[in-house]
Amino acid sequence: MTGPTAVESVTASFARMEAVRAGADGLNCVLWSDRERAPLAGYPVAVKDNIATLDLPTTCGSRILEGYVSPYEATVVSRLRAAGSVVLCKTNCDEFAMGSSNENSAYGPVRNPIDPCRVPGGSSGGSAAAVAAGIVRIALGSETGGSVRQPAAFCGVVGVKPTYGRVSRFGLVAFASSLDQVGVLGRTVDDAALGMEVIAGRDPYDSTSADRPVPRYRDAASQPMRGLTIGRPAEYFPPSLDRRVAALCDRALDALRSQGAQVRDISLPHTDLAIPVYYIIAPAEASSNLARFDGVRYGLRVTGDDGLRAMYERTRSRGFGPEVTRRVLLGTYVLSAGYYDAYYKKAQEVRACITEDFRSAFASGIDVIFTPTTPSPAFELGAKSDPYEMYLNDIFTCTGNLAGVPGISVPIGRVDGLPIGGQLITRHFDEAGMFAAAYALERALGDEAHR
Amino acid sequence: MAVTRDDVAHIAGLARLAISDERMTELVGQLNAILAHMEVLRQVDTRHVEMTAQDGSQRLPMRPDAGPPIAMHRALDEIAPDMRDGFFLVPRLATHEDVSDAS
Amino acid sequence: MTSLRDAPADVTARYEMVVGLEVHVQLRTHTKAFCSCDTTYGAPPNVNTCPVCLALPGALPALNREAVHLAMRAAHALGCTVNPVSVFARKNYFYPDLPKGYQISQYDRPLALGGRLDIGDGDAARTVGITRVHMEEDAGKSIHDRYPGATAIDLNRAGVPLIEIVSEPDMRSSPDAVAYLTALKQILEYIDVSDVSMEEGSLRVDANVSARLLGATALGTKTEVKNMNSFSGVQRALEAEFERQCALLERGERVHQQTMLWDGARNEVRPARSKEASHDYRYFPEPDLPPLVLDPQWIDEVRRELPELPRVRRARFAREYGLAGADVGVLTATPALADYFEAAAKAHGDAKAAANWVMGEVLAALNTSSNSVKTFRVPPASLARLLDLVREGVVSHSAAKRVFALMAETGDTPERVAEREGLVQVRDADELARWVDEVLAEHPAEAGRFRAGEKKLLGVLVGLVMKKSKGRADPRRVNQLLSERAGG
Ligand SMILES: [Mg+2]
Ligand SMILES: [Zn+2]
Repeated sequence: MTGPTAVESVTASFARMEAVRAGADGLNCVLWSDRERAPLAGYPVAVKDNIATLDLPTTCGSRILEGYVSPYEATVVSRLRAAGSVVLCKTNCDEFAMGSSNENSAYGPVRNPIDPCRVPGGSSGGSAAAVAAGIVRIALGSETGGSVRQPAAFCGVVGVKPTYGRVSRFGLVAFASSLDQVGVLGRTVDDAALGMEVIAGRDPYDSTSADRPVPRYRDAASQPMRGLTIGRPAEYFPPSLDRRVAALCDRALDALRSQGAQVRDISLPHTDLAIPVYYIIAPAEASSNLARFDGVRYGLRVTGDDGLRAMYERTRSRGFGPEVTRRVLLGTYVLSAGYYDAYYKKAQEVRACITEDFRSAFASGIDVIFTPTTPSPAFELGAKSDPYEMYLNDIFTCTGNLAGVPGISVPIGRVDGLPIGGQLITRHFDEAGMFAAAYALERALGDEAHR
Repeated sequence: MAVTRDDVAHIAGLARLAISDERMTELVGQLNAILAHMEVLRQVDTRHVEMTAQDGSQRLPMRPDAGPPIAMHRALDEIAPDMRDGFFLVPRLATHEDVSDAS
Repeated sequence: MTSLRDAPADVTARYEMVVGLEVHVQLRTHTKAFCSCDTTYGAPPNVNTCPVCLALPGALPALNREAVHLAMRAAHALGCTVNPVSVFARKNYFYPDLPKGYQISQYDRPLALGGRLDIGDGDAARTVGITRVHMEEDAGKSIHDRYPGATAIDLNRAGVPLIEIVSEPDMRSSPDAVAYLTALKQILEYIDVSDVSMEEGSLRVDANVSARLLGATALGTKTEVKNMNSFSGVQRALEAEFERQCALLERGERVHQQTMLWDGARNEVRPARSKEASHDYRYFPEPDLPPLVLDPQWIDEVRRELPELPRVRRARFAREYGLAGADVGVLTATPALADYFEAAAKAHGDAKAAANWVMGEVLAALNTSSNSVKTFRVPPASLARLLDLVREGVVSHSAAKRVFALMAETGDTPERVAEREGLVQVRDADELARWVDEVLAEHPAEAGRFRAGEKKLLGVLVGLVMKKSKGRADPRRVNQLLSERAGG
């Protein structure tokens, strides 16, 4: 199965922009002139294909939802529209956001605009590529274990995962509900801050969305770093880390120092347990979340003449790709009778330890934690065939999802011409502090960020 | 804990996934390889961990008992594979007590 | 297939039945538990659905506050302790009328724990422990016989709020189970949380049954019996299953833990699902819903707002109105009837008279019409007024029954009906005397014998006067006048 060709996609996008321009005069008076009420007026945005849109299909990169057009719209999309922006297109992703390379889409892989032989990262690979290629300035992605920050790092753009509960998940097709958040990818920190301002905030349709005021994140642009302490967790700089990546991180930390920040070595001792914990909890929740794809009410149905159970099994086996199948099986296993305590319950307990790591780091006077976003730059398509090796891509990012803290990946330089991202993590709901540090880093690095 | 072929067949049944024989062999290997990485959790002492809510402030909001429901902008028969007279149709379940279909 | 006919009748004599019940009750809310869809019964298929209860990709649940309120009310009424923190969980299984592939329920941290329900009266009185009360959502409806080769799914009911009330295995007979259900239904009616109708499916019963030798203390292997749709069905199903188990044990065989389905038409139970498909629901905490944290003040408030419960009301009726136990039972059967009686008794003053009328005429009228107490055309104040008129002698007792029947028909006041129908008793001395004298003149033989002292003719003569007056004469006064004539 293949998606539309590039020419078809571009033609469709232009058609949508034309349609917008046709109505722009009217909009101009009511919305586009009012930057306060419509801060995204005139911005085309791209939306990851696991976020429900009324006027474009929402397939989650899966055969099981081929051609499915949602009868309702995600809260984040409604907020984008209310802010004056135009949803230009949906972006390809790993099937149900399960992947770190965007090779797991039923509609074919996405390539990295910096080097088309390489993956863009995943699962929000399409969104990252769209921003990196200059098609849009802002794109929505979604995170479960690093799916915004990791592709942002691979494509040399900015990617934000907000605090769990900061942004409504209503309309985001669930992968792992306790980890999922909608994130923003942008060319610059300012783009990302702007996008986040628009989509953040309580939504009565998402019971896990927090009822807290949303600051103007762009106000953080001019905030000084003086007096702030940056934590450098040893576990994210193992001896095995690529020396060139480590060097770029050192340069980034120097840049933050140059802005007035202090840097202190810290420890987040449970970090090495994050991947095992993550790959228990995420598949467990996924196995349940994906049960609704049963061919009864919508989406693919494959029947024979042998009854309901066969319909379920045919539909789901035909509809889900290999990675989704693997994770659904893994998740079913860790929840099943006799294994729950050993896997799922244990993973939740260790997850609490990981959360506690962050809490005590911040309680010890750390304002922002700095780490590399990924251990290495974008790899070539097909380079990683072992599932667990692929899972290790999320090693520096999935801790943030497990603990629920916000994180942002900012370009900090290149290795062999390939972008490397640096990650900034703050306390729960301190996106403002996170953006302030990101603005400072971006400012201090200047053009170096892309060299 | 090693996962056997029977285990995978069992969970595939629970998950309503049909797995071919060749695929089964591959999956048993992969799942065992992945689960081997999970063994490290066994060594972690979590007796001191209190499993309260992730963030103490997180409590379930409640909505008023009133409409309207979230609007449907597309009719059900536009998204449903098989509808008749307003019902979703599925292949006949013999009866409620059908042994193989009810789980 | 085993039916009770396979077992000799006395096989059960050496065994004791042990029963615990799981009762699902639909809460009476306007909207569903986790979405704002209407809960009205009987809408066209799938009309009351939305992205949430259809489980469209990306939709999320949002809890209905009123469902929590009603669930708490029920928990309190059953004497349970409401937990300040409870947790929703996912119960995972595939079924086409379960849209998400899991039911949102509560598992290891339910809403409420540890209550009790008193059942039966007198020597049969006993207490059944309530293990827990938890909240969950209903599934949709599967219709198997409408289209050939297909099952039709209607999701209007999917997501409707339920409570599940789980009892301890404290019942020892099928009548015990029925007494439990009757008492439970009555309490739920009193606190007004549900329609509690087995016919409409707003009350559903699953039974856990085991058999053990009389005198044994250990519990035997239990089975779960489902698919009963009336209290008498529950009773018969329990008996059939008990006999089946006894017969097995008697033959030295084992009872297998399994689900049995009751077939009311055939009067038998049969196994529902194979052992192989033993449930593995893979429960885990529902990540879309944070823990349900209830304000202790709210928990308290809901307890304090509980109305008087049946048992308390029965005791008070016996005490305050001096009524006999059986009468109290009839009058407190439903809260509406008890309210009706009490309003009439208070307005009229003579509680016994009110009780007799409510148990007699009122219930008869309600039974023959399809009226409920609430829509009955004779409000308690009107009944009380009618009883006042009887006491004052304005309307005779026999005329009062006719007046009542007409009030029930027309909704008029007793005064208007009595007036219009000429049923007001005549107590005017002159008119009464004239009727008496006329009767004596028209029946000279009887009159003579009566005057001569044949007292038993009094009744006959009173009857004749009443007939002449078309029932309007006050019989006591007629009596008096005739006696005067005899003596004079
Ligand atoms: Mg239940
Ligand atoms: Zn609904």
